[in-house]
Amino acid sequence: MSGHTVTSFDEDLGAIDRIIRDMGHFSAAMVDAAVAALLNGDVAMAQRVVADDAVLDTRQRELDERAITIIAKRQPMAQDLRAVVGAIRMASDLERIGDLAKNIAKRVTALEKSVAPKGFSHSIETMGQLVHQQLERVIDIYIARESEALNPLRTDDEKIDVQYTAIFRELLTYMMEDPRNITPCTHLLFCAKNLERIGDHVTNIAENAYYIMTGSQLPANRPKMDETGTIIPLA
Amino acid sequence: MMFNAPESQKMNTNAAPVAIADPKKVDLPTGFKTVRTPDPEPRPVRVHADDVCVFYGSKQALFDVSIDIPEKAVTAFIGPSGCGKSTFLRCLNRMNDTIEGARVEGKITLDGEDLYDPKLDVVELRARIGMVFQKPNPFPKTIFENVAYGPRIHGLARSKTDLEQIVVESLKKASLFNEVKDRLHEVGTGLSGGQQQRLCIARAIAVSPEVILMDEPCSALDPIATAKIEELIDELRANYTIVIVTHSMQQAARVSQRTAFFHLGILVEEGPTEMMFTSPAEKRTQDYITGRFG
Repeated sequence: MSGHTVTSFDEDLGAIDRIIRDMGHFSAAMVDAAVAALLNGDVAMAQRVVADDAVLDTRQRELDERAITIIAKRQPMAQDLRAVVGAIRMASDLERIGDLAKNIAKRVTALEKSVAPKGFSHSIETMGQLVHQQLERVIDIYIARESEALNPLRTDDEKIDVQYTAIFRELLTYMMEDPRNITPCTHLLFCAKNLERIGDHVTNIAENAYYIMTGSQLPANRPKMDETGTIIPLA
Repeated sequence: MMFNAPESQKMNTNAAPVAIADPKKVDLPTGFKTVRTPDPEPRPVRVHADDVCVFYGSKQALFDVSIDIPEKAVTAFIGPSGCGKSTFLRCLNRMNDTIEGARVEGKITLDGEDLYDPKLDVVELRARIGMVFQKPNPFPKTIFENVAYGPRIHGLARSKTDLEQIVVESLKKASLFNEVKDRLHEVGTGLSGGQQQRLCIARAIAVSPEVILMDEPCSALDPIATAKIEELIDELRANYTIVIVTHSMQQAARVSQRTAFFHLGILVEEGPTEMMFTSPAEKRTQDYITGRFG
């Protein structure tokens, strides 16, 4: 795509792209750190994740301001308009991802005091890696503007859902084995739920990125594999 | 408009045959077909153009332009200077007839009637297809006379009261009446630019046209006067078929329901306005509306 006649317009759009890229990598690092803190019971790391959320909030506000200024100054059209509006929405998803990573980190202190065997959280490690990869990938695809790579990425969200369902069952089993597991397992369940929600935000970002690049929407019926809503307790 | 002073015609038409593109010299796809996106709910077609070519002497200014212009809607023509949008607009009421050496080929119909039928009365045609120009061009007469002129020479009023009624109605439709009701017999040229333009619109409306052509009607006006004209265009849309040429993409996006993009004498793309400004199908349209040309 050739540049605008007014070159500073390109710079303005480039700047919001860079913020999205930074926020994407930053939030992915937060997810990684939150899960690592959870697995290692690292309270200091967890506190850093909680503090980092403010950085993401500031970046989001900066992006909003820049996007609104572009709309006011440049009256963007077509792909430019989609890029600006899409960036606002993506930044909001990334900010939510930061919140969810913070929620995971906040539970580290509570879990540290519990007697839960470390093995309980191993499946969460796998899920965390999956979510982290997805998030990094969607940002890379968006920056490289490779629209055709987005649909497979979106369907990959089902892997996260499958993982979440497996963790749900697993933790349920631990809780039934020993009621003392209920507190730590509930915390872990919330952590898994937070990761699953992050996966949904990644999907939103993928859908937004696709709209920005092509002007059309991805088909609405994406696979949903979270089956925890249908699991019933054994009598 | 049949009662246009020859001076004003000259003023507007002199600017026409400039920067005419020669597609043989530029890289144009041979046998290029206009990309068309129909309306989700198609409107009845009022004006139909088929393979219209315009030549100024040996220079070809328009290449096989075909388009359907729907009734009770605003169709905007956009494109860079010299792309042929004003040339095509002027074909629609045979204003190009007044330019020496201009030749129009192809077919243009209004409700199925051939506009280039040699038997057609051009003066009457220009009453049915009125025109508003870039620069307001009221006659050096009173406000009343500016509007009354058309109906009078076309014999549309049977009595003085009739004529007065037409004038008042036309001024009301052009959202000008309240501002000028106490000075109908003062000269029209004493009004502000925006008021003069609305006076010209009232003058066009006075002869009950079916189609109103507007050639950059707001380019000489300030933002407030522009907003008033845009509001007026939106109101007139309920009763008239409107075609507007504009250099302001935002204006095209605001006032029109369909947009046609011209480039180098070719109609590149036409479609619903929302689509044209959010996700146009053609790369050239996209480049133009996002400011990536050149």
